[in-house]
Amino acid sequence: MSATVSVTVNGTKYDVQDVEPRLLLSDFLRDMLGLTGTHVGCEHGVCGACTVLVNGDSVRSCLMLAIQANGAEITTVEGLGTPETLNVLQAQFREHHGLQCGFCTPGMLMTGEDLLRKYPLATDDEIREGLSGNLCRCTGYQNIVAAIRAAAGKRAETVP
Amino acid sequence: MKPAKFDYVAPTTVDAAVEALRAANGEGKVLAGGQSLLPLLNFRMTRPAVLVDLNGIRELSFIELRGDRVAIGALTRHREIEQSPLIASKLPVMAAAMRHVAHLAIRNRGTIGGSLSHADPAAELPMLSLLYSASLSVQGPSGRRTIAAEDFFVDALTNCLEPEDIVVEIEFPILQQNGWAFEEVARRFGDFALASIAVSVRRGASTIKDARVAVMGVADTPLRLKEVEGQLRGIAIDDQMPDRFSELVTSSVSANGDLHASAEYRQHLLGQLARRAMQTALAAESDRR
Repeated sequence: MSATVSVTVNGTKYDVQDVEPRLLLSDFLRDMLGLTGTHVGCEHGVCGACTVLVNGDSVRSCLMLAIQANGAEITTVEGLGTPETLNVLQAQFREHHGLQCGFCTPGMLMTGEDLLRKYPLATDDEIREGLSGNLCRCTGYQNIVAAIRAAAGKRAETVP
Repeated sequence: MKPAKFDYVAPTTVDAAVEALRAANGEGKVLAGGQSLLPLLNFRMTRPAVLVDLNGIRELSFIELRGDRVAIGALTRHREIEQSPLIASKLPVMAAAMRHVAHLAIRNRGTIGGSLSHADPAAELPMLSLLYSASLSVQGPSGRRTIAAEDFFVDALTNCLEPEDIVVEIEFPILQQNGWAFEEVARRFGDFALASIAVSVRRGASTIKDARVAVMGVADTPLRLKEVEGQLRGIAIDDQMPDRFSELVTSSVSANGDLHASAEYRQHLLGQLARRAMQTALAAESDRR
C-alpha cells in the first residue's frame, strides 16, 4: 500500500509518489525531499528537535505521518531565512548566541516562530513555559530565552 | 524507531470509520491527533494492521453551547479548546487546565477524543471529564450510545470501549459555581502530572452549598472524590477551611508511587495542592492568582 503525497514546503510544491503510510513526516522531509535542516532526536515526541510548521501551527514531524500532510503547507527551518538574510528570530539567535552544538536549534526556531505568533511573551516565565517541549542537551537555555525575548521586543517595535 | 507496516484508511464519515474498524476485525486502531498513538507506533509497542485516520471527518471538530451544556467534538484540538472564548466563560476550570496539557506543538495536534480514549491516569482532560460529570457519545456497529465519564475509565490507559467504537463528541454540563481552582505539579512544565486537583464550589454567605472535587496522578485512573464533596456540603467557610479540606482529601486518597515519585511524595503534594486550590476557590475573583 502506498500513496501520492502533494505538499507545499517552503513555497515549493512537491508531488511524491509511492509514499508508504508508515513513513513519518520527519523522514519524508529529510529523506525524500532532502531537507535535512529538520533534525530527528528522540522520535517519540519528547525532544522537539523535529518541530516544523504545518499550515502555520508548530507540530512534531515525528508524530505525524507524511500521508497526513497531503495538501498541507509546511515550513521547515530552511524556509525561515537564508544565510545572507536571516529572519528576525534567527538574527536574534545569532546576536545572543542562542545555540551551542546546534542540534536542537531548528526545533527551537520553529517553536519560537509559533510562540511569537500566538503568545504575548511578556515575561521570561511565559517564554520558558512555551519552550518547555524543546530540549537542549547542551543546557544552553539562557541564551535561547534571551534570543526569543529580544525577537519578541523587535516584534513589539514593528507591530503598530 | 519506525512504525511497522500497516494499511491506512482515511474515511470522511463516522459511519465509514466504524465500518473500517469492523472490517479490520479487531486489528484496527483509530488515529486522531496521534500524539500518544504515534510514539507507541514508533516504538512498535502497538502494531495494528489497519490505521483508521479520523482527521478527514470535519463534523467531529466543534465547540458549541447546548442549553446548560457545552458540547465538544471528539476531533477538536487542545489548542482550539485553549483559545475558545466559550470554554473560557462556561468551563473556566477546563480553560485554566489547558496550558498544562503537554506543549504547544502537541496541543496543536492532540484532540480531546484522543486524550479521553487514551485514558492516561495523569492527563488533564480525563480528570476534567469526571469533575464536570461529562457524557461521551460513542458510535459503534450497533449505533450511538452515551457513556458517563465515571464509567469510561477502567484502568491505567484502559477505557471501556470495544475495538470498533469511536468517541464522537463529549458533553460537559456547566457547573453552578462561584469559586473554582485547578492546581498541578509536574516534574517539568507540560509533563504528565505527579499530582493534580480540580475544585469547584458554590458557596453561600458563610457555608459551602455544593462542591466538586477531582484528582489525578495518584491512582490508576483519575478520581472524583464524591465522599469529600459530601463532607464539604454545609461546612463553614473560615480561615481553617483550606487546611480541613486538605485533610479530607488526603484521608480519602491513598496515592500510588512509581519511578517518578514515591507514594509518600505524591500524597504530600496532593495535600499541599488541595489547600492551595481551596484558598484560590474561596478567594474573591479579583484576588485570583
